[in-house]
Amino acid sequence: MNKKPVHLRVNGVEKSVFVDEGANLLDVLRRSIGDVSVKYGCGQGTCGACGVMIDGVLQLSCLCLAEAADGSNIETVNSLANGDLHPLQQAFMDNFGAQCGFCTPGMLMAARALLDKTPSPTREQVIEAISGNICRCTGYEPIIHAILDAADRMTSQQKT
Amino acid sequence: MGLIVKTFDEVSQASQLLSDGDGLFFGGGTILMRVVNDGAPNLSLLVRTTDPCMRTITVAKDKIILGGGTTMLDIINHQELEFLHAPARAVGGPAIHAMATVGGNLYARHPFGDFTTALLALSATVRFADDDKGKEIPLEELLKDRESLPRRIVTSVVISRPADDIFRFIKICRVRPHRQPVMTLAACLPINEGKIINARIAYGAMASTPIRITAVEHALEGRALDPSGIRDAVAVATDGLSPPTDAIATEWYRREVAPVHLKHLLLGNSI
Repeated sequence: MNKKPVHLRVNGVEKSVFVDEGANLLDVLRRSIGDVSVKYGCGQGTCGACGVMIDGVLQLSCLCLAEAADGSNIETVNSLANGDLHPLQQAFMDNFGAQCGFCTPGMLMAARALLDKTPSPTREQVIEAISGNICRCTGYEPIIHAILDAADRMTSQQKT
Repeated sequence: MGLIVKTFDEVSQASQLLSDGDGLFFGGGTILMRVVNDGAPNLSLLVRTTDPCMRTITVAKDKIILGGGTTMLDIINHQELEFLHAPARAVGGPAIHAMATVGGNLYARHPFGDFTTALLALSATVRFADDDKGKEIPLEELLKDRESLPRRIVTSVVISRPADDIFRFIKICRVRPHRQPVMTLAACLPINEGKIINARIAYGAMASTPIRITAVEHALEGRALDPSGIRDAVAVATDGLSPPTDAIATEWYRREVAPVHLKHLLLGNSI
């Protein structure tokens, strides 16, 4: 199988790897770059567990051709914490927003994408934001509460 | 031998390679990447383009041209395309919005194709990369032959801007808000002196492709858009159709609910 060079900026760090033609970004992130925070749930774009930010836009890494992301800025859930936990991560813990944790990286990135654009979302906007993410454990309500809680915390932090 | 991916700066180059061989055009990836991830035993070549014309949206007073590579997010973010926001939002969740393309949705298999259903009601025409004369064909023609004809790259879809309040769209899902539909409905309902003229009604997930419902269109002609005026149209809601049975709904269920949802669509009821 032919290989192609791909250059990515992953969570602020420049990475250069050779990828198989047809390789998806999820496999490259996990196997070539070693960021296993991005989860392989379905490989079909249905579960949302593989969600990452590509140049500031939430996309599904399992459906993204790795070579199509050449030159892009990739942010995974590992980009959220900065010494301390991100308010979203803290809110998920405080609101029992994770049980098995497998959907959580994708949920966090979907929430991050929402709060980047809509700092004070309504409940309906939160539901819309995570509509591409499946969770078998929580029943979604703790996740919704966590995201709304995180939005409140972040808004309060900005005011002080 | 493994999969080969060829990327071209110009869509005409991509089209030329496709016409020469057995490859498939790779747009946003929401359809083809699933096949690739599954191993793709019969797929040897993917052809892509980074041609900016594919993501161009041109909005004139009455005519709108959507590049074939325009994503649902491009449409949602476009202030002058508010009437298309609901159909664009219907295509999956936020991450899919950023990846799914107008051109790709035209080839989405049942039960998908929500955006295409809206385009069908809007009398869309389609332009291809391999036709440098700019010939447009009606969307119905592409849908009728899409399984049998060789794949051609859709460079743009052309629609007319509907007058205020005449375009309607709803998607019926069991798992809300954006999962596989039971059915999708779209309608363009021009009114002249209180009567419907030249209505266009389209369903998604009620046939192998999105489809116009001419029986309903004929029954609406010259009628008022009120409960008694639409009665005959609702009565023929599923005439001539053989809705598929799938994991979401059976043929019987789709037949049962179609008149109910058609009535909601025509009367502008929220569900």
